[in-house]
Amino acid sequence: MKKFTRYFYLMFLFILPEFIFAQDIISSGQVHGDFQLDAQNYQPDKDLGITDSTINGKKLGMNAYMNLIYTNGNFTAGVRFESYMKPLNGFDNRYEGSGFPYRFLNYKKDELDITVGNFYEQFGNGLIFRTYQEWNLGYDNSLDGVRVKYNPFKGVSIKGIIGTQRYYWDKYTTNSRGIVRGVDAEFNLNDMVKGGDACKTKVILGGSVVSKYQKDDPSFKYKLPENVSAFAGRLNISRGKVSLMSEYAYKINDPTAVNNYIYRDGQALLVSASYSKKGLGITLTGKRIDNMSFKSSRTELTQPLDINFLPPISKQYSYTLSSMYPYVSQPNGEMGMEGTVEYFIKKGTFLGGKNGTNISLNYTKVNAIDKQKINDTTDVNERGTKGYKSDFFTLGKNRYYEDFSVEIAHNFGKKFKAVVSYMSLAYNIQVLQGHDTTDMVYANIGIADLTYKFNTKNSLRLELQYLTKLNANLKNISHFPFLEMQVENPKQDYGNWTMATLEYDIAPKWFFAVSDQFNTNISEEKKESGGKELNYYNLAAGYNLKTTRISLSYGRSREGLLCVGGVCRDVPASNGFTLSISSSF
Amino acid sequence: MKKTLILTITLLFAVFAFSQEKKEKQYKLPEVNIKTPDGQTFNTMNISNNGKPVIISFWATWCTNCVKELNSISEVYGDWQKETGVKLVAVSIDDARNSSKVMPFVNGRNWDYEVYLDVNKDFYRAMHVGNVPFTILLNGKGEIVWQHTSYEEGGEVQLFDLVKKLAAGQDIN
Repeated sequence: MKKFTRYFYLMFLFILPEFIFAQDIISSGQVHGDFQLDAQNYQPDKDLGITDSTINGKKLGMNAYMNLIYTNGNFTAGVRFESYMKPLNGFDNRYEGSGFPYRFLNYKKDELDITVGNFYEQFGNGLIFRTYQEWNLGYDNSLDGVRVKYNPFKGVSIKGIIGTQRYYWDKYTTNSRGIVRGVDAEFNLNDMVKGGDACKTKVILGGSVVSKYQKDDPSFKYKLPENVSAFAGRLNISRGKVSLMSEYAYKINDPTAVNNYIYRDGQALLVSASYSKKGLGITLTGKRIDNMSFKSSRTELTQPLDINFLPPISKQYSYTLSSMYPYVSQPNGEMGMEGTVEYFIKKGTFLGGKNGTNISLNYTKVNAIDKQKINDTTDVNERGTKGYKSDFFTLGKNRYYEDFSVEIAHNFGKKFKAVVSYMSLAYNIQVLQGHDTTDMVYANIGIADLTYKFNTKNSLRLELQYLTKLNANLKNISHFPFLEMQVENPKQDYGNWTMATLEYDIAPKWFFAVSDQFNTNISEEKKESGGKELNYYNLAAGYNLKTTRISLSYGRSREGLLCVGGVCRDVPASNGFTLSISSSF
Repeated sequence: MKKTLILTITLLFAVFAFSQEKKEKQYKLPEVNIKTPDGQTFNTMNISNNGKPVIISFWATWCTNCVKELNSISEVYGDWQKETGVKLVAVSIDDARNSSKVMPFVNGRNWDYEVYLDVNKDFYRAMHVGNVPFTILLNGKGEIVWQHTSYEEGGEVQLFDLVKKLAAGQDIN
């Protein structure tokens, strides 16, 4: 026994220096990570239609994750652990459980970059390929496979990807979903051509091909294409204050549940031109989407397994009531434009005051695309046919979305700041949210966000918001909804909304907020389905220390985006306590 | 006796190894490719300011608190620069929906920041940002010395206190 102990110590002595030596390698490595936990308790609330039976024992929901990334020289490895016990309301129940849905190894040396495992990547604007994650929305379409990036010459970068996409916790098995592969090449002409650096005009060209493979489904009456390819080309030109961004994508016929199994090729065009100099910025964007849903499973109708990303072009509003009716891209067809003007009134002028004033104007209009029968005997979008004919330049008659908004931000001296905005919108709630009504929602929204600073640490913020509905009739298509004033049916959706928030901040660590919103003039159909005119009160407090943030709130939540004290989150309707903790290290 | 000696040496080694662990390591920005507003590729390793401190701010056009923070800093940015030589690098995480609107947005607010686009959040992920606004401070050597999430009105005052310390070569931790 004694002998054994001695050997043990000897061995220890031998091994320790090895450890210390290995530590040299280890100590040049770094481990960093981030963590977030969101938990919500669900209480019955008769007025919201939440009873013990609808809660059904699920008194608590919790989503949490931790990312860990280890880097050492050219090598990086990362994992993410996720846990949903049970998933928060509004998240897909198939997320329930825990595990490692994301892990990767990466090696980078000189012009080569290799990743195996899960990765997020985007080609161009994402029209034919984009994988990304939005934790707060439960969105993750990461690819699990291999990615290689290589820059063979100055100004040329090539990416190649292959893999299968995340589908909740389901492991990929043969033919359970499609395989995605693609190549992208980008050419920076100024870098490639000698002396190009000196040229004021900058030109970048790019092209990509993405293809998915999914086995034919013999249970389906028609023969389905097993390999579906999509192509995209892009051109960015900029010179000083002016820049032009454009991308065009084309996809071969791809009958799926989303497009009702039509054999029509798809296409997408996104063009954006902008002019900007100190104090002024103008952007014009145009978009046309025709049958461009691209998923790695033919039968998937909802969120998962998107291969591409079709950016909505409307302004992304962030106040509670202005973001109540958000535009959602329509992959089966949409055509629209957006114009934005940002202007800064100089300091020292009458309107600019001491600090200057910012004015933002925005106008967006999106309609359906034109769809005509392919022949007299076939309906538009009939299953198993070529679907429809469409003239590229003709705007469809059905209006999906139109809005106009103006926002003014001004600081009155050092004590008082104000952001006021007005918005008017027309919203096709039948198409954009699948509601069973042909009525459009017309709303006028006014918001005032006022901050008073007592000193450099203490401040009080008052946010007032009002949303009122106007005329509702699909036949009355006006180009400017904000000019249309005759009220025929003012009772639309959940009616008119009033909201007030009072927030006290002690920088940089604390915030306390109390808010209430209530609705009046609720529509008859919402009333019939149990909708009520209600108060949605909420109390919240939060604490920040460096990268850690803890917040606790109590009250009713209406479904929508909630932004208090620094962070925004998508919240489903509920009543109860919400706890959030996030940190990074 | 021999045993005690061996034990002592072992312990010493252990303490040595442990003390090595405890030594605080400063780390630098990872190598991630993001874009300049005119579409040129930019490696985040190249964020620098000639030995002066750098503020990196992750933001988005749709994030009201980010815009408030950058507006507040913008009013005093000239003074900050004069006093400390600090530079603010504003990394927008706007995706393809808004990326072409970022520069007009910045110009329409008269911001003087160095702007980059992180359209698919590659840099955001590498820095473990999680939510915007998120602020990172680099010292003159390019080492990450301080990070902070979210913005409360007046938070820029504390940020500038730290910048001043860094510019004077002081340790802020």
